[in-house]
Amino acid sequence: MGLRKFLDNIEPHFQGGGRFEKWYALYEVFDTFLYAPSSVTRTSAHVRDGVDLKRIMITVWLAAFPAMFYGMYNLGFQANTIMAATGMSGPSDWHGWLISLLAGYDPDSIWDCFWHGAMYYIPIYAVTFVVGIAWEILFAIKRGHEVNEGFFVTSILFALTCPPDIPLWQVAMGISFGVVIGKEVFGGTGKNFLNPALTGRAFLFFAYPAQLSGDAVWTAVDGYTAATALSVAATDGMQVMMNQIGWMNAFLGNIHGSIGETSTLAILLGGSLLLYTRIASWRIVAGVFLGMTALSTLFNIVGSESNPMFAMTWYWHLVVGGFAFGMIFMATDPVSAAMTNLGKWWFGILIGIMVVLIRVVNPAFPEGMMLAILFANLFAPLIDHYVVQANVRRRLARG
Amino acid sequence: MEAYLGLFIRSIFIDNMALSFFLGMCTFLAISKKIDAAVGLGIAVVVVLTITVPVNNLLYAYLLSDGALAWAGLPDVDLSFLGLLTYIGVIAALVQILEMVLDKYVPALYAALGVFLPLITVNCAILGASLFMVERDYNFTESVVYGAGAGVGWALAIAALAGIREKLKYSDVPDGLQGLGITFITVGLMSLGFMSFGGIDI
Repeated sequence: MGLRKFLDNIEPHFQGGGRFEKWYALYEVFDTFLYAPSSVTRTSAHVRDGVDLKRIMITVWLAAFPAMFYGMYNLGFQANTIMAATGMSGPSDWHGWLISLLAGYDPDSIWDCFWHGAMYYIPIYAVTFVVGIAWEILFAIKRGHEVNEGFFVTSILFALTCPPDIPLWQVAMGISFGVVIGKEVFGGTGKNFLNPALTGRAFLFFAYPAQLSGDAVWTAVDGYTAATALSVAATDGMQVMMNQIGWMNAFLGNIHGSIGETSTLAILLGGSLLLYTRIASWRIVAGVFLGMTALSTLFNIVGSESNPMFAMTWYWHLVVGGFAFGMIFMATDPVSAAMTNLGKWWFGILIGIMVVLIRVVNPAFPEGMMLAILFANLFAPLIDHYVVQANVRRRLARG
Repeated sequence: MEAYLGLFIRSIFIDNMALSFFLGMCTFLAISKKIDAAVGLGIAVVVVLTITVPVNNLLYAYLLSDGALAWAGLPDVDLSFLGLLTYIGVIAALVQILEMVLDKYVPALYAALGVFLPLITVNCAILGASLFMVERDYNFTESVVYGAGAGVGWALAIAALAGIREKLKYSDVPDGLQGLGITFITVGLMSLGFMSFGGIDI
């Protein structure tokens, strides 16, 4: 218990009147990161539950791990496969130097692929984390609130939605926008109305389209263009995409895309933990799925001669692009989603409908999950309002 | 029929008056604190737009545009320089009538809207819709559809903003940003959300 004692000893310096009063937020982060807080409610009635904000956030963070580890492996696997096929050598920048320290470029070796991916993913995550946490601590110190674990979730979700080739300064820009404008100006975790990770991602998407969309950014090999499944389907038609990729590959994640979004299986694995612990609302997930299935089936039936995306069936929509990742991790963000049970259904259905609409009808954006969720975030408070009003009316009528 | 549906959807989402053209901002920011008042104002704007745009369209087609007075035997007269004056006059008259109707039949909404109802007269979204109608050469039916769509889009935006602002009551905004400051940021983030429609070609 030496550490506990040390923290207790230095605590008075950080409290009101102490020498480092301003830095209390920093002290508090370390203390609560290492130990459960000892403060309890002092008045009579309260409910004790092991699932507090801290545990919720850490669970979501852990639930993203399967997608993250698989994403790292897949990133390296895709790059190594391309290199082996084209005879290119490894990247000539610092990435290449780091990779060559511990591994080679053999696409059949799991370790080589994993290490290759890690050397691309870890810098992105590190920049996200360091820049984001710096903003958090700055705001915490200035505004006098606590830094909490919400940022663990924001940081990992943001990093996993980045394409592998993204320049690191853009990562820093994106997470800064997400944390500061998306969250901290509203007062921190729980006070925002848009998902901060998605806000940052959307900011990057519109500010630097060259690095965030198109066909050249989805692999870690310089100058190699590999279209995502969605853009293949949009330009060459469903048949080409099905032949080129195959549903099982897309489901397992052996496709090009943002780091964390490729493997539907790994995402669902993490998602089942979130659903089992009821941290993610099953109503939202079911609503998203329902809305997507209904509209894509409708488009299948209607059909179109000029637009190949009309033919994409629901089980393809599920496995390509960021649909599964958004459905499990982004749409279920308890802060920016609808709060009422009925509202969660409508919120989910709105996302499902919007994502298919954007993917199919809008030629400007092949992927629509991010924008669909942001759009639904805007209407979540309104949906809640009308659900509550309807409840009030029903109860009044009951007398 | 399909073209009209396309125009309707386009005017609601893609060419959203408030969130892609940033028109009608003064009322948009001022009356968005409460959902009920915002929805009321939204409906008022829908009504005013659905009436004024077609009326202005008729005026433009049969009185103002170049050669429109041919039916009166004056084919060389071009009165389109009177456009602005005429449109705003029509809008002002219609808003007066709407105000009297609301005062008589929906006094609660009339009280909630207060001074902002007369201010619809100078709401740039209303005049903007008439000017867009002229600029884009809409015919009569198109201008009915466009007026209604632009109104619905604006109403949807203000209702969503009011919902968000009611939620933001519980947030902890820095002192310097309280009130309008955070509302501007909110509106900016909302139009980021509406960017999802940018590029759709209907």
